[in-house]
Amino acid sequence: MSDKIVTLSEERTAYLEGLVRQARTAAAVFTQLTQEDVDQIVKPMVLAGLEQAQYLARLAVEETKIGVMEDKAIKNMVATEFVYNYVRDKRTVGVIREYPDRRLVEVAEPIGVIFSLTPITNPTSTVLFKCIMAIKTRNAVLFSPHPSAWRCCFEAVRIMYETAVKHGAPKGVFTCLQSHSLDDNKYLMRHKDIGLIDATGGPGAVKAAYSSGKPALGVGAGNTPVYLEKSANLDQAVVDIITSKTFDNGTICASEQTVVIDDEIYDKALDKFAALGAHICNEKETEILARTVIDPNTGSMQPMAVGQKATIIARSVGIEVEPKTKLLVTPITGVGPDHPLSMEKLFPVLSVYRAHSVDEALKVCVDVNHNGGLGHTAVVFSNQESVIQKFGDMINAGRIIVNSPGSIGALGGVYNDLVPTFSFGCGTGGGNGTTDNVNVYHYLNIKRVARRTQAHMWFRVPNQIYFNMNATENLRNFPSRSTLIITNPALEAIGHVDIVKRSIPPETPVRVTIIPDAEPDMKIVKQGVEALNFYKADQIIALGGGSVIDAAKIMKLQYEFPDADLKELAAPFLDIRKRVVQYPTEKTNHARLIAISTTSGTGSEVTPFAVMADKERGFKVTLADYSLTPDVAIVDPQFVMSMPKGLTVDTGVDCLTHALEAGVSVFASPYTDSNAMQAVRMVFKYLPMAYENPHDEEARSMMHNAACIAAIAFSNASVGVNHALAHAFGARFHVPHGRANALMLPHVIAYNASVPTKFMPSPNQGAYVAHKKYAMMADLLGLGGHTVEEKVANLVKATEELLDRLGVPTSIAELGISREEFEKAMPELAKIAFDDPSWRSNPRMPLVSEIIELFWSAYKGRGTAPAKPETEAKAVREMVAV
Amino acid sequence: MTTTAEVQKVNGENVEQALDDVRRKLAGTEGGVILDFSAVQRVDHGGLRAMEDLANAADEKSVEISLEAVNVGVYKVLKLGRLTLRFSFVN
Repeated sequence: MSDKIVTLSEERTAYLEGLVRQARTAAAVFTQLTQEDVDQIVKPMVLAGLEQAQYLARLAVEETKIGVMEDKAIKNMVATEFVYNYVRDKRTVGVIREYPDRRLVEVAEPIGVIFSLTPITNPTSTVLFKCIMAIKTRNAVLFSPHPSAWRCCFEAVRIMYETAVKHGAPKGVFTCLQSHSLDDNKYLMRHKDIGLIDATGGPGAVKAAYSSGKPALGVGAGNTPVYLEKSANLDQAVVDIITSKTFDNGTICASEQTVVIDDEIYDKALDKFAALGAHICNEKETEILARTVIDPNTGSMQPMAVGQKATIIARSVGIEVEPKTKLLVTPITGVGPDHPLSMEKLFPVLSVYRAHSVDEALKVCVDVNHNGGLGHTAVVFSNQESVIQKFGDMINAGRIIVNSPGSIGALGGVYNDLVPTFSFGCGTGGGNGTTDNVNVYHYLNIKRVARRTQAHMWFRVPNQIYFNMNATENLRNFPSRSTLIITNPALEAIGHVDIVKRSIPPETPVRVTIIPDAEPDMKIVKQGVEALNFYKADQIIALGGGSVIDAAKIMKLQYEFPDADLKELAAPFLDIRKRVVQYPTEKTNHARLIAISTTSGTGSEVTPFAVMADKERGFKVTLADYSLTPDVAIVDPQFVMSMPKGLTVDTGVDCLTHALEAGVSVFASPYTDSNAMQAVRMVFKYLPMAYENPHDEEARSMMHNAACIAAIAFSNASVGVNHALAHAFGARFHVPHGRANALMLPHVIAYNASVPTKFMPSPNQGAYVAHKKYAMMADLLGLGGHTVEEKVANLVKATEELLDRLGVPTSIAELGISREEFEKAMPELAKIAFDDPSWRSNPRMPLVSEIIELFWSAYKGRGTAPAKPETEAKAVREMVAV
Repeated sequence: MTTTAEVQKVNGENVEQALDDVRRKLAGTEGGVILDFSAVQRVDHGGLRAMEDLANAADEKSVEISLEAVNVGVYKVLKLGRLTLRFSFVN
């Protein structure tokens, strides 16, 4: 069909428009029918088709002069009974499938009007099949049969239509073109009211359908390769091939075209073909057939041979055969244009090829497959699973039929559990959108109704947490054959290691590894792992601040999983449940990790995080996995009584930041809220006391607990943009983490409490609640205020006053960083902060411009954090459903 | 010219007949017609064709037809039949 503009007479156009209008009206009305309504129409249609199967088969053979009446009757029965057997219980109206665990349902939407081309080879069976599918899916069909099969198709449509309408289908649901022209098809294929083209036919029709710009199911030519491997049941294989290839005189496009036979069984196989009624052509006969049944100019089969008996074909080309000959077998030595009989032959001529190895056989099958049969059908006869699998891997076919007939096998439901069909999807290899056996689901638009799901949440903490003064004594409850204490030089020097040692059961062998008091690096970790291996440790006690405990976590990881690749484990992720890299689970060694914190800030003794540097390879590793969480945490304030003031402030404000950020995180839950809120309350009360009176045991103890409680909160709810800013700023200007956090804190509270420019996607949050949660914290602290915005403003003010009281610099400028230097660093700061994963749980998604604004606010200092204007606060009130 | 639209309830049991009746009376109608569809649960093929004929007749006679209380199922049928732009709708 050419692609020229269609020119139809006015009268013809009006006729076609009338048909479309009728189909469109029927399709519109059809949408009101229920599943029960359509099922009550389908069944009588199927019965009518079965009753008229022989009649329609006879009409088809008489009109087309193709095929075998008996076989066409069987096809008509398959197209009705087998298809009905498949569709009878299928839901095709309303909700058709439900996935309760995924909170998803699929809902059917009819296509509307389908323009359907039907072939000469399987005319009535294709019509019956498509009519049943259309009614089952509430679609109207406008049929355009092959011109040489119009009368039988028209009759099939009539029978289906009258039965359907009698049982409740809308008038006009099926229409058949009264006569046929390519221009009619072209006009209709481009018609705005045609929803889908279903083209079953020759390559021209299929190509025209796909070229129309309309959604199309196009099912065209095949060229089925068959591998007859030496382990196959030869008797069964030969019968199956003959059954299939002679079925309806070979008109099914899935039928066998070239059989590649292993050398070991080749002669025997041909003897069996001959014994069952095949004529094995000699070289001359094969040559005659090659130049007569295949058009030498196009390489396509000659129409005069299609669907004819073997004897008729033989006689017509001057080959003498027995009257009962059912198949002409033509040995070939290659595939491609030089071997015409390697092409598709929809008549009982079957090529055979002698292969001397499995490899050669598979290559020839691949050649046949790529010689006009891509995506269609292939057949393998073998009892070796490896051969079947290899064949399946190598051959590009939508249907790979194993140890059964190709044509009837591909139709589905007879020899296998394929979906019964009369349209074979051939995938992209055949220019089709599907490799499926076309079925009712291809006649539907399937809508997915996706209900909101909540991510599974958790609350994970160490198995045991011991706290309060002298909690270290609980170490005596942990038997060990070999214990390694990991600590830093300062803690050893002031006698903390001895305190720990005294609490360990005396019979336990204890060794101490001293590591520098700095961010651990790979070299340190390796040394620690060597020590663990040397002493065959089954218990690690990490005594120190965040650096020591982080180092111990990583040492334990490498000790238990020597093959773990730290760089790979540190791969970024958005959602810990869906992360690409999985932490190992099969342990080589086992060791209990007991973490004893000696600072009141990071809370590393209960967190699943660890940071280290790999100086040799030049990267920083941030590990996050609950398997890193220590088994036991000891929160013993005796180790923090002598913390210097500066460290008290830095770690204390870090703790406050953890609590505030976990409290408003999008991953916050009632479980984390209780910890976050309590930690906020404790820090506001006890941090100034611990700062101003370092020997206040209660204040030290409570701050030590607060750090652990805040860490429990952020271990499960994560942190936010404050940490992202502090990480970038602290690293660039060498400012301690806690102090960097402090400089950002009031500005971030004000930022998160205002209307976000962009909301953070968070299925677990019912609404934007950050400002309300800050207000709750203000209430808990007794800061006063009547409205949410007043309370948030009071929290910002109280935070600023706390930082003032602790002597925290009021601004970045106060640190001595010049405006020019800060401005120069800003692009890099903004980039690093934006790349930091911390903000991904922040309630407000920060834009890069907002990150820069926050940095500048912190540069200018406290008191510059904008109290939320009333208009903005009002907007929040209006927007957020409580 | 100001006229008062006449409200006519459409018989849900025989939409085709009801609309044909409306169409025949259009000649003597001034202004608009409001058809109450509250009793119409479904429209069959004949009914939909009658709607189209009615729209054609209304255009010819410059009569505006409003449909009142059309249920969403019927509204979708009219939409698929490309008829919604030819009527106005009153909920």
